Amino acid sequence: MKELKLMKGNEALAEAAIRAGCDAYFGYPITPQSEVLEYLAKEAHARTGMVVLQAESEIASINMIYGAAGTGKKVMTSSSSPGISLMQEGLSYIACAELPCLIVNVVRAGPGLGTIQPSQSDYFQAVKGGGHGDYRLIVLAPSTIQEMVDHTKLGFELAFKWRNPVMILTDGALGQMMEKVELFPHIERKFELLPWATTGKTKDRERSIITSLHIQPEKMQETNLHLQRKYRSIEKEEIRFESRNCEEADVILLAFGLVARICKKAADLAAEKGIKVGVFRPITLFPFPYEEINRIADNARIFLTVEMNAGQMLEDVKLAVNGKLPVEFIGRMGGIIPTPEEILNRIVEINEGVTV
Amino acid sequence: MNERRMLSDNHYEDVIAEESVCISDNLVYDRPETLTSTPMHYCPGCGHGVAHRLIAEVIEELDIQDKTIGVAPVGCAVFAYNYFNIDMTEAAHGRASAVATGIKRVLPEKYVFSYQGDGDLAAIGTGETIHTCNRGENILIIFINNGIYGMTGGQMAPTTLVGMKSTTTPMGRDVHDMGYPLKITELIAQLPGVYYCTRVAVNSPNHVRKAKKAIYNGFKYQELKKGLSFVEIVTNCPSNWKMTPVESNKWLEENMLPFYPLGDLKVPQKEN
Repeated sequence: MKELKLMKGNEALAEAAIRAGCDAYFGYPITPQSEVLEYLAKEAHARTGMVVLQAESEIASINMIYGAAGTGKKVMTSSSSPGISLMQEGLSYIACAELPCLIVNVVRAGPGLGTIQPSQSDYFQAVKGGGHGDYRLIVLAPSTIQEMVDHTKLGFELAFKWRNPVMILTDGALGQMMEKVELFPHIERKFELLPWATTGKTKDRERSIITSLHIQPEKMQETNLHLQRKYRSIEKEEIRFESRNCEEADVILLAFGLVARICKKAADLAAEKGIKVGVFRPITLFPFPYEEINRIADNARIFLTVEMNAGQMLEDVKLAVNGKLPVEFIGRMGGIIPTPEEILNRIVEINEGVTV
Repeated sequence: MNERRMLSDNHYEDVIAEESVCISDNLVYDRPETLTSTPMHYCPGCGHGVAHRLIAEVIEELDIQDKTIGVAPVGCAVFAYNYFNIDMTEAAHGRASAVATGIKRVLPEKYVFSYQGDGDLAAIGTGETIHTCNRGENILIIFINNGIYGMTGGQMAPTTLVGMKSTTTPMGRDVHDMGYPLKITELIAQLPGVYYCTRVAVNSPNHVRKAKKAIYNGFKYQELKKGLSFVEIVTNCPSNWKMTPVESNKWLEENMLPFYPLGDLKVPQKEN
């Protein structure tokens, strides 16, 4: 039987974490995602025995994640942009030590303290590494609260499949708004002893060491090569995207997360005017669907990328297109959400051969 | 079979045959199972080696190798995981107590300890240290205080004594510029989450025995789940103090210990 509920994004995500069998959450309050911690603090321990701890800072949170993830447990944290910046050092260590965990960034507009309104301005930080060194997170970009729920489950699966930190890159609007969601059934919490995990050295195995320190250059290079091989495999196997009417479109809108929904509305409005508009939405931002974007560029006349930032995914779209066609851009910053009408106006201009 | 060899007129030397050294009856000191055979990188005379050994001995004596997880710091002890034959995690600079918190919270029946130097614990990691102690995490923090940054080459530590020279205080620590040496252990002892807090040293056989007892307590108290154990070990840094090991131990006795007096700062209260 389907379990349907009307839920706020942050709370739906927290509920999904409990249902996914999450063992521990470590976090620190920050708007607009504090409901994740609040929801878990109220419900999680009583329901499943899950550990929920409010840390003294995001720096402490991510290092608690590092320690707990090293035991092979299913662990997660969430924060918003300034807090995620504070976690970058820890994420770099976690990526190098290849520990599975889930990090949720409910993005607010920056830079600096910025504002608490929604934004997509942490795209670069999420998909290009973020902390020091050559590493990648697997990045999922939900566009609905249903996907916030589904990506929480998927995020844990991918984290353990690849022994890699996974980030859900969502935004303040999705975190705060309410939608109907279908919740998946509870997955039982169970503890599997993983061979690499620090659980106490028994006589029958070598000791487990969680570290990112390889002082000899040859070993550090080998670690890097190993990580890069893993990232190439992830690029082969884990690309996810949604493509809507992109095969016969004149204009293709490219957007991730919430903005893709606004683009769909704009495309519908354009269709009423007789303009064929496709919408392409990367669901995984790393790995990024370069090949598919390059392929659909063969059929279209022009691309229009729409983001709530100054043009971050735009750079990857341009890389994918590789000069095949022009790539236009609409970017809203500071917590402003683009409207379907302003996107429509640009589509009309573009269609009439006017480029701004 | 031992034999007596003549060196010169009327001078003899007793030569102990190799086979008699190796018989177990003659063996008075051996490497615990909980230490690996990896040669330690520590400088000659450094206290880290002794501190490591004491921890390893306690883990072996308590027979908790399969239940112990250690957290190594950034600093001279960054390679501690090469020497302990136990599961270990290497933390970022200052974050060891947060990492230990994460481990202990998901594995509450295990014995968890962090091993941190003065820069790690009392400068960059002060926030994590205070809050881990204040939450009363059931872990053991071992705090190695030698008043200097060893690994980076002898810079001022939060615990560097007033007037003490380092590469960043070449004229000696001036409190007007650099503030005062931080007695973080005294601070920690005030926190209700801390169950046991003590300061020991490893510069003499007597101090080593007391240090081992403190480490033993720190592990044992985790079973009670009554809060955090904090053991400061005042030690030397011959290389960066620019002294011989013997001189450094004497200097420690004459300069460090008057400012960082040994003894318990907080002991478990008897329950009525």
